[in-house]
Amino acid sequence: MAVNNRRKRLSPGGMVIRTILSLWAVTTIFPFLWVVNNSFKPSEEVINTSFALPKELTLSNYTNAFKKQNLLKAYKNSLIISGTVMIVCMLFGAMVAFGMTRYCFRGKAVIHSLLFAGLMFPVYATIIPVFRNMAGLGLLNHPISVILPQAAGNLSFAAVVLMGFLKGLPLTFEESAYLEGAGAVRIFTAIILPLLRPSIATVAVFSFLWSYNDLLTQLIMIRKHSSLPVSALLLDISSKYGTDFGLMASCVTLIIIPVLIIYFILQKYIIKGLTAGAVKG
Amino acid sequence: MLYKKKLPMFLFLLPGLVLMVLFLYLPFGENIIDSLYELQFLVKIPGQELHFIGMANYQKLLADEHFRTALFNTIKLMAFTVIFQLGIALLLAIFVSSLKRGHNFFRTVYFFPIVISSTAIGLLFKLFYNFNGGMLNQLLEMLGHEPVNWLSPELAFTMISIPVIWSYVGFYFVIFLTGINEVPQELYDASKVDGCLGWQQVYYIILPLMKNVIGTCLVLAVTGALKVFDLPWAIAPKGAPQGKTHFLGTFLYEQTFTIGNVDYGSAIAFVIVLIGVLAAQTINRIFTRLSKEEDSL
Repeated sequence: MAVNNRRKRLSPGGMVIRTILSLWAVTTIFPFLWVVNNSFKPSEEVINTSFALPKELTLSNYTNAFKKQNLLKAYKNSLIISGTVMIVCMLFGAMVAFGMTRYCFRGKAVIHSLLFAGLMFPVYATIIPVFRNMAGLGLLNHPISVILPQAAGNLSFAAVVLMGFLKGLPLTFEESAYLEGAGAVRIFTAIILPLLRPSIATVAVFSFLWSYNDLLTQLIMIRKHSSLPVSALLLDISSKYGTDFGLMASCVTLIIIPVLIIYFILQKYIIKGLTAGAVKG
Repeated sequence: MLYKKKLPMFLFLLPGLVLMVLFLYLPFGENIIDSLYELQFLVKIPGQELHFIGMANYQKLLADEHFRTALFNTIKLMAFTVIFQLGIALLLAIFVSSLKRGHNFFRTVYFFPIVISSTAIGLLFKLFYNFNGGMLNQLLEMLGHEPVNWLSPELAFTMISIPVIWSYVGFYFVIFLTGINEVPQELYDASKVDGCLGWQQVYYIILPLMKNVIGTCLVLAVTGALKVFDLPWAIAPKGAPQGKTHFLGTFLYEQTFTIGNVDYGSAIAFVIVLIGVLAAQTINRIFTRLSKEEDSL
């Protein structure tokens, strides 16, 4: 029944297991199919026959969403914010991981535990002072006010994942490069970064997703409508037009689409990188 | 020799650490100080004098009925998360590990909701729960039942917890499955010879060997439940109905950003971190004791 049951050819236990597993798969897939399906229907149809396929495919919810709000602008804002957060986490994360795994210095243990503590801080515990400082600098509504705290918040994760990978990497390449006369910076750019690529991909995906999905920082820092990133803008639409079910469905679909594309292209890195860090850590 | 020069080291560590100090560690300290002063505005007004009130905010917390509701809901959610999220994930992982094929399929499909933003999932479940023509009530209607108010004061907490718990099952599933697959095959073979099959293998082999993985997941799940904000806020903002569905995160947001009790919000934030650290410590301690006991056997 449990592990490695070799004689399971359609034994009753095997059937039950398969049924349960399939049912759970239905719960994860069905809601999203439901919402995409309903995004192509007028609202009355969503209310009455949400399980049926659309009687006729209408794009009006989408044109409506784009007309009511400047969604393209919101995608652009999201891309700027989350793209920058991603790049900062990749680069600074790799640099910190390199410094932490290759150098010995006093206070290393302190920095090490600070990095791990960084994983535990919820946004709430820091967002109010950060908000005040951003306001003091006049940076509210500017993408940078979201980028900096999000990058700082995700950097611990990036550093921890990359440190785990670098620790297991033999020094041979680096030593021979050193003997050829390469300095630390050159070793980092020419040897470490290329070797780190798979882990950096994991960091990139997660820091992008977490930044794109993090509602709290977006809501707090950005108050100007035209500067809102996608998630915050769509929440705004839903609070204003919450009774327009068709519009809501299309909004949800629109938040999900970019993420889905990323997920299916890069899922190998998402799942592998995550388990490498979590199981060993 | 290699990596002896200290100058490049600073170059590598500095940018990241500066960023974290400025936007993580210092603000956290500032936040604790905030909670000791009377603050009604997010932004400092020039010439304004700050009034030191010491522990007053923390005393207020103890007497605040809404805070108690939020705290109670959060603790309840933490318990549900451990039981259902980790429980279902472990069960699914054990089931999938018994299959020869399809591991990748289930990994991809189960993990899928994690990448979706909680805002989107919140909005989606709002559509499910709607009284007029929401998905659930349509189902009931088809079956000939009366529609139900899913977000009524009695049901709201449960209905909000369901998507919170459901959406992250896949995360722990993937971790558990990897852990189970790393258990050496010889152990199963040997146990089979000794007549240990099915659930006995789960109890005597998988669970003990996965102790560390389970411990890590417990910490992640409990601190994750503590941080919940987006999903409840998207389904029922401001703890609707009647503040009954407030969690610590949503309560903090409302106090600070819609009511303007900045000092009070800071105190709540500190309490959230405190609970998180305490919970993580307790879990870690229990699990180190567990593995020590095992070593001494």
